[in-house]
Amino acid sequence: MKHNENHIVGYGTYIFVWLTLVALTALTVTVANFDLGGFSIVIALGIASIKALLVMLIFMHLKFDDRVFRIFVFVAFLTLAIFIVLTFSDYSFIR
Amino acid sequence: MTAINVHTGDNGSNGNHLDYLHSPKKYKGIFNWIFSTDHKKIGILYLISMLTFFAVGVVFGFLMRLELISPGKTIMEPQTYNQIFTLHGVIMIFLFIIPGLPAVFGNFFLPIMIGAKDVAFPRLNLLSWWLFVIGGFVALISLFLPGGPADTGWTFYIPYSVRTSTNVIPALIGAFILGFSSILTGLNFITTIHRLRAPGMSWFKMPLFAWSLYATGWVQILATPIVGITLLLVAIERWFGVGIFDPALGGDPIVYQHLFWIYSHPAVYIMILPAMGVISEIIPVYARRTIFGYKFIAYSSMAIALFGSLVWAHHMFTVGMSNTAMWLFSLLTFLVAIPSAIKVFNWVATLYKGSIVLEPAMLFALAFIFNFTIGGFTGLMQGALALNIHIHDTSFIVAHFHYVMFGGTGFGIFGALHHWFPKMFGRMYNKKVAKIAWVFLFIGFQLLYFPLFIAGYLGMPRRYYDYLPEFHIWHFISTVGSWILITGLIIMFTNLIIALRKGEKAVANPWGGVTLEWTIPSPPIHENFEKIPVVEKDPYDYTHYEELEEVKN
Amino acid sequence: MNQTVDAAVHEHVHRDDVGAKIGMWLFLFTELILFGGMFLVYAVYRFTYRDFFALASKELDVFIGLINTLVLLTSSLTMAMSITALRRGSKNLSLTFIFLTIFFALLFLVNKYFEWSAKFHHGLFPGSNELLTLPRGEIVYFGLYYVMTGLHALHVIIGLIILVFMFFYVKSGKVNQDYYIMLENSGLYWHLVDIIWIFLFPLFYLIH
Repeated sequence: MKHNENHIVGYGTYIFVWLTLVALTALTVTVANFDLGGFSIVIALGIASIKALLVMLIFMHLKFDDRVFRIFVFVAFLTLAIFIVLTFSDYSFIR
Repeated sequence: MTAINVHTGDNGSNGNHLDYLHSPKKYKGIFNWIFSTDHKKIGILYLISMLTFFAVGVVFGFLMRLELISPGKTIMEPQTYNQIFTLHGVIMIFLFIIPGLPAVFGNFFLPIMIGAKDVAFPRLNLLSWWLFVIGGFVALISLFLPGGPADTGWTFYIPYSVRTSTNVIPALIGAFILGFSSILTGLNFITTIHRLRAPGMSWFKMPLFAWSLYATGWVQILATPIVGITLLLVAIERWFGVGIFDPALGGDPIVYQHLFWIYSHPAVYIMILPAMGVISEIIPVYARRTIFGYKFIAYSSMAIALFGSLVWAHHMFTVGMSNTAMWLFSLLTFLVAIPSAIKVFNWVATLYKGSIVLEPAMLFALAFIFNFTIGGFTGLMQGALALNIHIHDTSFIVAHFHYVMFGGTGFGIFGALHHWFPKMFGRMYNKKVAKIAWVFLFIGFQLLYFPLFIAGYLGMPRRYYDYLPEFHIWHFISTVGSWILITGLIIMFTNLIIALRKGEKAVANPWGGVTLEWTIPSPPIHENFEKIPVVEKDPYDYTHYEELEEVKN
Repeated sequence: MNQTVDAAVHEHVHRDDVGAKIGMWLFLFTELILFGGMFLVYAVYRFTYRDFFALASKELDVFIGLINTLVLLTSSLTMAMSITALRRGSKNLSLTFIFLTIFFALLFLVNKYFEWSAKFHHGLFPGSNELLTLPRGEIVYFGLYYVMTGLHALHVIIGLIILVFMFFYVKSGKVNQDYYIMLENSGLYWHLVDIIWIFLFPLFYLIH
């Protein structure tokens, strides 16, 4: 498993990702100024998820690492999502 | 590695290497143990500490049963009773059953079974034991503080746990540290299984105990942090008066219950999965048969870990959840029975037409199947919404989870102890005495817990200090059962302790097992293997067995 | 017997970088689920007390939150670049980047300190009389705010300590071009702290 030995991510890629992250932050702050009702939270969390994904894929090297790491991360996030969804099977339908 | 050791009367060692108990030491005396990073020594450390805590838990259980032998006050005050059942729960769950199989036998045998020299992170492994001991002491320190130990039950339900004047915080912090210890063990095992399997040991050539530890490891990692943060939040709430769960500060106690059970239900599978793994190891050895449906058992471990994480709210059917949540969780609860049943069927199918040898370990395995079946079916009864309302928080529940946890995992631990004792210590115990102990344990267990099903069904609530006269008979039988059970425990452990000193030397493969641990000397050398084995056969290949019998005769 | 001793020595030389990385990721999952539990609590209360949360969040200064977000994002950048620098063999550049990361971490904490003390100044802290006069939904909001950002700040502090160690390890050559897994794992931890903040920021500061 020499997969990550031969891949060094360049400074350019990192800076590009960082610029994207900053741009997304600006976007989320701007959008927050408008009242979009229930969509506000969806958009805010959507942008946050994209940012988190970028950090994980590039900064945390998931894109270049062995496939097993991506499966692991998927399982972990899926578990958390299931916990939240199942808990809301209670709260969303109460009354 | 294809050579299978035949019973030749020696311990399998060629004398070139000292066994792990005598290998070169870095420190003297006890430090040689408590600073050792050898997975085998850490396993033994866990065994000793776990059994010590178990003894304390048994004493508390004994006292509770004694109090309940007749209605009204017998030997203690109601407040003492509340504290004792809390301590009994905390000790038995966090200090005995959860670390029982993974930390003791998993540590000792996982690396050997997959052909490795040690776990992936030996020093982390030692840290994990230290955290276990520290957590245990923190949890128990409240015994000696003014105010006494917590009286909330091991569930620490809000709002009582932020209001009671007893020492809840030490118990919470203790459980938090113990959770951390459990996480590190799981993390270590998963990495070990991913990285350190011997050449040729593919995933589906791993022994089933390793599979069950892998599934357990994921549950430990993905569920334990939830209880960690929950207990921490309760502690913070008590300390600083931050409003999180307390209804007086806007909190919602039901959220606490959700979070608590998100961990504590999967925790049940942390307890039972490794026991199922042990049973899958024991049965083929003493039935002299290849295990039936290897892949099904392996996959069902993963399925139990998955489904087991989705059923937590069946502990909350009476708190007023939405109807959607009620039927959803009821359905999921029924689903988790499928992989559990697959395992039971496969074990029974393995026994069919096997040459069964009733050695002590096998007796414990059979008792496991018996108890687990009763515990499992009564669990299904509680999964049914309507019936659940009737038996919720009655001693029916107490009987159910003792059948699964003690009758299942507890007997699994005893079975593992008898199965692997010769390998771990290089000594053989008295098999006859072990069988006598088993009879006491089995009968005592049934007498202790079965009456509680009946009493609970008739309406006896759990955790009650006093009861109506019509429940007297059931409580009386139950208390008598506890005496028989404890007699069995005393016989069993005395027998094993005597064997440590005076037992005859064990041979390398006393039971005729075919997994890797039986190919190395008893006790194993420091590095487990003289040369890392190359695995070619399936883990439970008994085709050689007939030849083996011929050689013996 | 000598043979055993030798073997025991070799055992510690044995190195498995991928294994170490697997272990680190598994540990990160526990951190993720730890915060996940709190996000779950947050979600339930936000669902229950929607309007109160929106009202209470007006007390927070979006600008400070935004600055801290940018600080952490930038620290993630320097962290990632320090690994690239080390692997390309420029030790001094790597040290500079680690130093910058530590600097940004401190900046974050200083910022957080001023933010919290402003709240304390207004009497908005757990158990204060001022807070207890607020509606329950707002009490819960501030409870979660303090606990979640507090625990996050604790992780920043832990990350900071780890980074200081890394600085000296790289300096002494213990962590180097061939053996950089420790720096990489520290980086993973640092990025996770960043990711948690990426979610905390909109959930606490940007509610309207």
